[in-house]
Amino acid sequence: MKPLTEDAQVVGSTNKKNRFWFRAFQQRYLYMMSLPFVIWIFIFSYVPVWGWLTAFQNYKPKNGIFDQKWVGLDNFIELFQDERFYIVLRNTLAMSTMGLIVSFTIPVIFALLLNEMRGQFFKRSVQTISYLPHFVSWVVVAGLVTKMLSTDGGAVNQLLMYLNIIDTPIQFMAKGEWFWGIVTLSDLWKEMGWNSIIFLAAMSGIDPELYEASTVDGAGRFRKMWHITLPGIRTTFMVLFILSIGHLVSIGFEKQFLLGNPLVSDYSEVLDLYALKYGIQLSRYSYGTAIGIFNSVVSILLVFIANGIYKRVTKESII
Amino acid sequence: MQGTMKRSTGDKIFDTFIYIFMAIVAIVTLYPFLNVLAISFNDSVDTVRGGLTIYPREFTLKNYETIFGFDGLLVGFKNSVLRTVIGTAVGVLSASMMAYTLSRPDFQSRRWMSVGFALTMYFTGGLIPGFLLMKNLGLMGTFSVYIIPALLSVWNVFVVRSYIDGLPYALQESAKIDGANDWTIFWKVILPLCQPVLATIALFIAVSHWNAWFDTYLFNNRNPENTTLQYELMKVLQSTQSGNNYRDPNAQQAIASVSPESIKMAITIVVTIPILMVYPFLQKYFVKGMTLGAVKS
Repeated sequence: MKPLTEDAQVVGSTNKKNRFWFRAFQQRYLYMMSLPFVIWIFIFSYVPVWGWLTAFQNYKPKNGIFDQKWVGLDNFIELFQDERFYIVLRNTLAMSTMGLIVSFTIPVIFALLLNEMRGQFFKRSVQTISYLPHFVSWVVVAGLVTKMLSTDGGAVNQLLMYLNIIDTPIQFMAKGEWFWGIVTLSDLWKEMGWNSIIFLAAMSGIDPELYEASTVDGAGRFRKMWHITLPGIRTTFMVLFILSIGHLVSIGFEKQFLLGNPLVSDYSEVLDLYALKYGIQLSRYSYGTAIGIFNSVVSILLVFIANGIYKRVTKESII
Repeated sequence: MQGTMKRSTGDKIFDTFIYIFMAIVAIVTLYPFLNVLAISFNDSVDTVRGGLTIYPREFTLKNYETIFGFDGLLVGFKNSVLRTVIGTAVGVLSASMMAYTLSRPDFQSRRWMSVGFALTMYFTGGLIPGFLLMKNLGLMGTFSVYIIPALLSVWNVFVVRSYIDGLPYALQESAKIDGANDWTIFWKVILPLCQPVLATIALFIAVSHWNAWFDTYLFNNRNPENTTLQYELMKVLQSTQSGNNYRDPNAQQAIASVSPESIKMAITIVVTIPILMVYPFLQKYFVKGMTLGAVKS
């Protein structure tokens, strides 16, 4: 760095503009390594935001984006007047809230129990197995879930019949009111182990002296878990939890798309699927974009609200 | 106070409880895979009788022979492997190049580039504008649609950058004194040192490429030559779920002799096996990457 500044000073005696270009020439390799990606990110991340304009138009693909009929807020008015929109919004919020609650309780308990295990070999094996479903695609998981819940030879029905809880197999995938639960549990099955990693990492960062001191004070195992381990992961937990709140409406649609079927669509359709149906399958691009904008605006609002809470929480936790 | 030397009864009960709980977790996680594996190797007529658990009753390879006769599946396999290999190589290289330039404190455009990249983590254009962009760029119905839009992950750039920031800067300075240019420093000094973090992001990129199906559904559903394995599996799984048949004429014929159930299970295994095989060896990298990313955020 030092020799560079000396060079720059010599050239700087001419004028500022020249100095800029001289530096740029010196750093030409850095520019060659970065400018292609700057152009790339402009095209693939910034240009689509211009596409938001289509929500205020009646977009026809054969014309350019500035050569369209402008319709103002018509698409939004239509959206808010559609009864289906409220069903879809209900489904989205229900599944995201259920997912949020489950993914911030069970993995913590799982991590807590793993942390208490003594046998290292067994512990490591369970960890390896529990992380596995995270790497399998939702397509495969949806196939497995459908198979396990099927009426002919599905493991869940077999087990329930064996235990004499039911007499005839239940058609799990055809019951709309069960769909939210099935999605939540499938998600839990896939991500429980993976979500616990971060909590385990936080637990391993707790000072062992705290445990030793409490042993001397006569604290039992549960008191240590309650008064040392859980408070030890509180900051990690809160940060992750608040970040997740921002994603409440943008929960994706893979699970719902793959697990859903026409029988349960009143419970399985979420905002992104609704946008997909109107925007792409029915080619109503402007309407689909309007749904997307609603989604983004609510997400950003939630992020800001969550961020406000986060600031207050961190202030409190510093004290 | 007997604590450290001898375990109390309550402790023993609790330990037993943990072991039982963990065993259940392991069984619940593994059983679906083993069950599907058993069905995929079981004679399809016998499977209909039901009651299969984790081992095949009448062992056969016929299900696999049938599915490997599907054109769609072979093309899909080829494309999935191709996109995983190319996508990972390109993704790792571009993320590390970008990360290196952003890590150089003396780079004059560092600030606005960092901000420009970081901002994109907070907004997206959304599904439809993205779809229209691909259409306007002429990427619809091409193989490039798997590679170009997913070229770079901003998240990976920042993960690699924070790793490079942790390396001693003196290494770069001494290379510079030896007359190396910025590209040589990146290629000969930085890249070799970044191997652990590059392995981590390579695995994440590879898994996401292998598991992707939605881009095929969106951009290549009318181009069988660009199909992927996940998309083929998705079609097969959805077909009998919603009542209509798998449209591949080859498949129609095959389904007559081998039940759709067995076909589905065999394809599921083919799609899953590559991940199951590499997974145990790579586990430490995954975990490292997860904690690395979390520390960053």
